[in-house]
Amino acid sequence: MTVSAVFVSFSAPYQAHDNESASVDLDALAGCLSSSACLVTQTTSGLIIGMLLFLVAVGLTLIFGVLKVVNFSHGAFYMFGAYFAMTAYHLTESFALAMLAGAAGTAILGLIFERVFMSRVYGADVLMQLLVCYAFVLIFDDVVRIIWGPEFKSMGMPSAFQVMPLFIAGGVVPPYYLLLIGVALVVAIVLGIGLSRSRIGKVVRAAAHNPGMVSALGINTGLIYGGVFALGGMLAGLAGALAAPVRSLTPGMGFSVLIESFIVTVIGGMGSILGALIGALLLGLIRSFGSLGFPLFTEGLMYLFMVIVLVSKPTGLFGKEAA
Amino acid sequence: MTELEAGRAERLAPASGSAAFQRYRDVLIALIAFAVLACLPLLSGSKALLDFVIRCSAYGLFATSLNLLVGYTGLTSFGHGMFFGLGAYSFGLIMQRLGVPIPVAFVATLAITAVIAAAIGAICVRLKEIYFAFVTLAFQMLIHSMILSWASFTGGDQGLRGGIPRPVFLGIDLANHVHLYVASCALLILGLLAMRQIAQSPFGYTLRMIRDNAARASFLGIDVWRAKLTVFVLAALFASMGGMVMALFVSGAYPEFAYWTISGEGIFINMLGGVSTFLGPMVGTVLLLLLNDTVTRFTEYHGIVLGVVILFFALGLRKGLLDFVAEWFAHRRDAVEGR
Repeated sequence: MTVSAVFVSFSAPYQAHDNESASVDLDALAGCLSSSACLVTQTTSGLIIGMLLFLVAVGLTLIFGVLKVVNFSHGAFYMFGAYFAMTAYHLTESFALAMLAGAAGTAILGLIFERVFMSRVYGADVLMQLLVCYAFVLIFDDVVRIIWGPEFKSMGMPSAFQVMPLFIAGGVVPPYYLLLIGVALVVAIVLGIGLSRSRIGKVVRAAAHNPGMVSALGINTGLIYGGVFALGGMLAGLAGALAAPVRSLTPGMGFSVLIESFIVTVIGGMGSILGALIGALLLGLIRSFGSLGFPLFTEGLMYLFMVIVLVSKPTGLFGKEAA
Repeated sequence: MTELEAGRAERLAPASGSAAFQRYRDVLIALIAFAVLACLPLLSGSKALLDFVIRCSAYGLFATSLNLLVGYTGLTSFGHGMFFGLGAYSFGLIMQRLGVPIPVAFVATLAITAVIAAAIGAICVRLKEIYFAFVTLAFQMLIHSMILSWASFTGGDQGLRGGIPRPVFLGIDLANHVHLYVASCALLILGLLAMRQIAQSPFGYTLRMIRDNAARASFLGIDVWRAKLTVFVLAALFASMGGMVMALFVSGAYPEFAYWTISGEGIFINMLGGVSTFLGPMVGTVLLLLLNDTVTRFTEYHGIVLGVVILFFALGLRKGLLDFVAEWFAHRRDAVEGR
């Protein structure tokens, strides 16, 4: 294919499919909806897609809410989280250490990225900020390619979770999925309460509202910005680490996740944690049930949903009206 | 980003000569540029060079049309690539299925693009800033998904294969490499000239006013929604032209043409060249394609090199190359005049 080298920078995440399969299969969808086993299986798979998306999207939405920056390189943190976790797991054989490595490594990365690069383009054109992030998407993907190689990698399911799957109403639910959903829920609750109740949360919200005033009161806003970025990076890294046992790892893996978490934040409303949770769950369910009814148009369904939400309520389901 | 910083807004140069003179000057420059480009095959037999110019034509049309939205109107579209893909696919499909002469397919594609752009634009231009960017991105991906899933019509992820027939029309044989080259150059120059006319027309200045202060434009009795929709459709037409040049060049159409990365490249080209001059995107196109071609030749890790170059522009220059040059000249002139 003689497409210009411009396209080389990204490999689009196309699913392989044969042209014979029907693009609309409503019978399969109806059949699943009437069977409790299928319903449970599809719902849990939708939930874990949604929960992973939530972890990535909530970082995105936090960073946007406080720093007013659309972090286009957020998918790279997800990718690094997965790779850090894989390496730590292969070195130590400890699942807990792997998760820690994924989360802590990306937190440090996020802090450095924000302090050294992003902090230079605050107040600049949105396009400039996007460009810096875009540059790092390219750089990070190649860095991963250099360190871990371009081929698909897998971390493998930790032995602790290699147990019999649970059967709920006839549907198969791997125990690891429950852990994943649990972790994401805990994060959602801690973040929600922390941001609304704790002192640090109040300072962060104040900084989002009026950074000049917060700074005048003797609070180091640079530290807050760096901290929020590190937190966002950490959550994306945690999502990557949690996804590592169940997904294959490849350079550029953050990309489709990034696009989907954008959809989540836009649907839920930029800057809203509850919105990110609801949006992510909706999107996960659309993905898992849509893949039954519209196997070739699952992605299209998500974008259609986004268009409908944006047109009817531009600020998203839970977004506040722009000041 | 409705208000660009004052430094980036172009200086309104004191009218030197009449508007008619300006227009003749543009036409003259276009004619000279076309003559130079058309003579290129006589000077050099290099096929790679001609290929490069054809690709520059396709991307140049696309990037300059995007600048009508980004630079002139302040509409940051993240989905402009959909019209590039739409042009390539419509043109390819019409040629493959209907076997009409090329100019007929060309006009028909523009008509299809105009209708679809008007429908999408009517929804999008109501939204502001980042939301406009997102909704255009969503439409782009929607079209991309449709191309992938409607495999019986579009060839799905394999793209339109089997080549696009290129019947001879009025002695112009686009299967001939040099003919294709000259035709691409002609389309590029004509497209640029037309966009220049739009940018310099009263309508073009209306767009600048909307960019700088939409509320004031509205108070002055301008229908902002209609003006934005008009420029959205116009820009789509030129992007579609770029897509057609690309389809003719590769003799096919691929889903990548409608993927959002095309829009990303377009934005990047604009930033690279600069959005405050008309020819900035054209300079950016040449720069990016040159950079891509040379870097891919030397290293497989061209993402790193490209990334560092982008960082240099974004953090170092903080503006596009042509913006930088223009400002440097302005400073020097001021210094010479003792200001």
